Amino acid sequence: MGILEERFDPNIVTTTVDAFLDWARKSSLWPMGFGLACCAIEMMATSMSRYDLDRFGASVFRSSPRQSDLLIVSGTVTLKMASRVKRLYDQMAEPRYVISMGSCANTGGPYWEHGYHVLKGVDRIIPVDVYIAGCPPRPEALIDGVLQLQKKIAQQRVVRKAV
Amino acid sequence: MYLHFGAVLVFLLFSVAFVAIIYGISALFRPANPSAEKLTTYECGEIPFGGSWIQFNLRYYLIALVFLIFEVEVVFLYPWAVVLRTIGAFAFWEMIVFLAILLVGFAYVWRKGDLSWFTPSGSGHTDATFSGK
Repeated sequence: MGILEERFDPNIVTTTVDAFLDWARKSSLWPMGFGLACCAIEMMATSMSRYDLDRFGASVFRSSPRQSDLLIVSGTVTLKMASRVKRLYDQMAEPRYVISMGSCANTGGPYWEHGYHVLKGVDRIIPVDVYIAGCPPRPEALIDGVLQLQKKIAQQRVVRKAV
Repeated sequence: MYLHFGAVLVFLLFSVAFVAIIYGISALFRPANPSAEKLTTYECGEIPFGGSWIQFNLRYYLIALVFLIFEVEVVFLYPWAVVLRTIGAFAFWEMIVFLAILLVGFAYVWRKGDLSWFTPSGSGHTDATFSGK
């Protein structure tokens, strides 16, 4: 727990501070430059000029987990890759968020029944904030996922005690 | 005279104070959950093994040098080309001399065979991958 984190009762000051910090966190989500499969192609398209994820402050793809606070698991998580995904998530600085993009990352997708090499859902190894359905999801769906995550971040309690 | 450097001093103080304040605020509000995994070396998800003091093939040095020749050339050519109309013929010939000097280096490298990965006079094939222990 941090120095001021979750230490105060809700009042006019702490709610304002929380609102400000949540606004700051949700307005500058830096995703990690990390693509796994065909969903990553949609993710790249989302960050480019046609869909322009930058409108929502979430398109500064970083090359290092140290600088990123959003991990978009975009694609099939094979068992071989799963340990890497876990390690990358562990290396990210907090606060960190995870979007599970597409059927493969959600549940294993088309590999659910016979995919002996595929992890059946990335939430088995790391906590997921937002799931996006689709195979692959369209860029609009990813944008919606980011917006949902931003709504979730806006509800976070930072200096207020947890309920 | 020294008063002019007052702006530099103010700039210095501001930059130090800015960094201190930003880091201070971040230290107050951030979650602090230190773990051993968080501090592991980032190697694109892999576990790093061995030392990072490996010996790279010396040829990469030559490639870097040749690259530098062209890079410096481009760095000077671009602003030169933009203002060429206003600075006249003298600058044009000056740049030609500069390019000629670079071309001598280029010709030297070419003649020595450093542009082809296999040396014509050497002991034949050397592994392109770095050979380090």
